Amino acid sequence: MRSALQQPIFSSLFFLVLWQVLAVLLDSPALPTPEEVFSVLYGEIKSGQLPYHLGVTLARLSVSFVLAMSLGSLIGIILGRHEKLDRFFDNWLVIFLNVPALVTIVLCYVWFGLTEVAAIAAVVANKLPNVVVTVREGARALDRDLLEMAQAYQFGRWKTLRHVIWPPLFPYLIGAARTGIALIWKIILVVELLGRGNGMGYQLHLFFQMFNVAGILAYTIAFVTVIQCIELLILKPLDRHAMRWRR
Amino acid sequence: MSPILIDIRNKTYPAKHGSVGHVAIQNLRIELMGGEFVCLVGPSGCGKTTLLNLIAGLDPHFEGSIKADEVGGMLRIGYMFQNPRLLPWRTVRENIDLALPDGHNGSAVDHLLDVMGLAQSQGEYPERLSLGMSRRVALVRAFAIQPTLLLMDEPFVSLDAPTARRVRQLLIRVWQERPHTVLFVTHDLREAITLADRLLFLSAPPATLLHEVVVDIPRCAREDESEVEAFRQRLVTGHPEISVLL
Repeated sequence: MRSALQQPIFSSLFFLVLWQVLAVLLDSPALPTPEEVFSVLYGEIKSGQLPYHLGVTLARLSVSFVLAMSLGSLIGIILGRHEKLDRFFDNWLVIFLNVPALVTIVLCYVWFGLTEVAAIAAVVANKLPNVVVTVREGARALDRDLLEMAQAYQFGRWKTLRHVIWPPLFPYLIGAARTGIALIWKIILVVELLGRGNGMGYQLHLFFQMFNVAGILAYTIAFVTVIQCIELLILKPLDRHAMRWRR
Repeated sequence: MSPILIDIRNKTYPAKHGSVGHVAIQNLRIELMGGEFVCLVGPSGCGKTTLLNLIAGLDPHFEGSIKADEVGGMLRIGYMFQNPRLLPWRTVRENIDLALPDGHNGSAVDHLLDVMGLAQSQGEYPERLSLGMSRRVALVRAFAIQPTLLLMDEPFVSLDAPTARRVRQLLIRVWQERPHTVLFVTHDLREAITLADRLLFLSAPPATLLHEVVVDIPRCAREDESEVEAFRQRLVTGHPEISVLL
């Protein structure tokens, strides 16, 4: 266990040292030292500013994540199971996958106004095609033999969904969730920057206008830490749980 | 237990994606007596699996009917497929319990697991079991629902001979504990003679009934391989059209 921890600790320390040396050598407001950044971080946490804006962003992130995942899974399963529908909507998916994120965001604000609903809709619209494609892949790979077995033993709809369809789809969903978090949290900052009066994106925009690099880095550190915790404490254990039956 | 009447007038696979359509079964009438063990023998690819799928209700696209005057409604069908078809993400015990109605009594399953020598393995996941063990789990699942009709599709192929013999003995033992109708598909004539009350021979596709033979060797004498072999010799010399099929 100790040796498993040693390497990441050493590597992070090396990163901090490198940063410190560079900042001292450059001696420019464009790259503050780690010490300055951490003191800004501490001050922002203490004043309650950072927890507030981080909280707002995380709330938006969870709502849009849940919406994108559940809608995307539903559509993905349907398309994966019905060949005709799949062929019909395949082009739509390709188009939606390739619309640039900024376009969806701007269009959502134009159509629905600078509202919370528009912000969430923009994030969901960006993530949805991704989930659909991943889950559709999983639904296509479902084992027909097992579905027949379930039918022969009269499992019924609910039992079949829960015990025959869901478990093999789970790894695909986890995959979609992991890439999803990474994608959503990048998009959500742009959404906030363009049309919301609070949240991480709004704060970063303010810091940008005041050329406050220490503030930008402090918020980045806080945000990356939270996202890493979600990955390590929620998604990874879920992944392991789903894989426990494998040899 | 009432008889089951199977009457398939026509089962055709339509042409699809470049493959040509073909008639799989034509004018096939089979009557199964209650509690009878019937083996269906025929060349591979003659539509045996198709027939079982029709009976199990997995494929509604055919002309004909499958009738049983079962008191209290529907046929309860246990189906043992050619491969075990266990859910790999559920344990042995969960695989069996899932096939049963909610709130069933677990002691019958305990007993079956005991007889099959699986009591120790009920918490295992199927991927950790040998093929022989997986087959036995599938057998327990098929028996556990207490079927009125048990369908078995070459369930013992690719087992080594001693294991296959052992599982066959277990099958007969559990079947005798609670007699019910069994329709067992095989292309192995010795296996069929060892197990069945009656043999039905199917033709090459489109499958029809060619011939039927009652196996009159008493159950206790079937362990004796020379008896089975002698019966097989008589059958093949008496009906040369059968040996062409096998």
